[in-house]
Amino acid sequence: MTWVAVLAAAVGCYLLKLAGLSVPERVLDRPAVRSVSVALPVALLAALTAVQTFGGADGLTVDARLAGVAAGVVALVLRAPFLVVVAVAAVTAAGLRALGLG
Amino acid sequence: MTEPDTGQRRRRAVLRDALGVGVATGAYGLSFGAIGVAGGLTVVQTCATSVLIFTGASQFALVGVLAVGGSPVSAAVTAVLLGARNALYGLRLSSLLGLSGWRRVAGAQLVIDESTAMTLAHEDDPRARRLAFWATGLAVFGLWNLATLVGALAGQALGDPQALGLDAAVPAAFLALLWPRLTTRPARLVAVAAMGVALLLVPVAPAGVPVMASALVAVAAGLLWRDALTDPPRGAT
Repeated sequence: MTWVAVLAAAVGCYLLKLAGLSVPERVLDRPAVRSVSVALPVALLAALTAVQTFGGADGLTVDARLAGVAAGVVALVLRAPFLVVVAVAAVTAAGLRALGLG
Repeated sequence: MTEPDTGQRRRRAVLRDALGVGVATGAYGLSFGAIGVAGGLTVVQTCATSVLIFTGASQFALVGVLAVGGSPVSAAVTAVLLGARNALYGLRLSSLLGLSGWRRVAGAQLVIDESTAMTLAHEDDPRARRLAFWATGLAVFGLWNLATLVGALAGQALGDPQALGLDAAVPAAFLALLWPRLTTRPARLVAVAAMGVALLLVPVAPAGVPVMASALVAVAAGLLWRDALTDPPRGAT
C-alpha cells in the first residue's frame, strides 16, 4: 500500500510541475490562485507539525516529542541550519526517554 | 555581459552556487532518508520517493501521514497539495527558460524551490538563467538522492526510531520547513489556525484527514488576503 501512495504522489507532483511549464500564463496567474498557493504550504506544514507533535494512537498526547520540538524552536530562533534543528529535536527527545521521562 | 571574460566568470559563479545549494539540500536529504525508514518505508521505497516525487516538503508529508497510520490516499493527497506551488514556479519559469520537447519533459521534474530561486536570481541574462536552472536542478537531484540513500541506510542500521527520538525529528523537520514562510502576519495566522483545525480533528477524524482539512484554512485565507499572501519564499524545500 505504501507503493500506491508513493506512485500516486509522484504522478500528481510531476503533473503539477509539468502543467506549470505548459499552460498559458493567464490560466493560473490570478491573485486568488497565487495567494491560495502561498497559504497552502503554510497551512499543511503547520498542521503536520501539530499532528506529529501531539498525535497518538488514541487522540492527543503530550510526551517527549513536545520537548524535542520545543528544543527545535530554540534552534530555529538561533538560526541553526535545518539538520541541526532536526538533530537537536531528536537528541532532546531521546535524552528524556533515556532518563525514563516521556 | 558582452565581454567573454565576464560571461566566463558568471558561468563559474553560477556553477559554484548551484553546487553549494546542492550540498545544503543534501543535509535535508540525510534527515529525509532516516525519517523515511523510521516512518515504516523500506530503504528502496524511501529512495524511490526521492527520485520520483523529488520535492522535499511533499516527501516529508507523505512519510508523516503514513507513519501515523493515514491511508495511502490521504498521504498522496497531502503530498500533492504541498507540491501545488511547483506549478506556479513552472509558470514563472516557462517564459524565462523556453523549454520544449524532451527538455520540458525532463526539466519539469527539476522544478523545485531551489532551482526556481536560482533561475530568478539570474533572470537578467538568458544563458546564465538557463545554466542556473539546469545546474541547480541537477546538483540538487544528485545530492538529494545520494543523501537519501545514506540517511535511509543509517536509519536502518541505528534501530529503534523512538529511542533515537526520530519521532520528534519529524515534527521538527516540518517546523523547520514552515519557519521561513512565517514572515508575514497573515501567514502566521494561517499557521495557527491550521494547527487548531488539525488538532481539533485528530481525536474524531481518521488519520490523515486532519492535515488535509487544514488545506481549507489556506483556501479561506488565500481568498481573504489576496494581496497580503504573495511571493513564495526562497530556499526552503
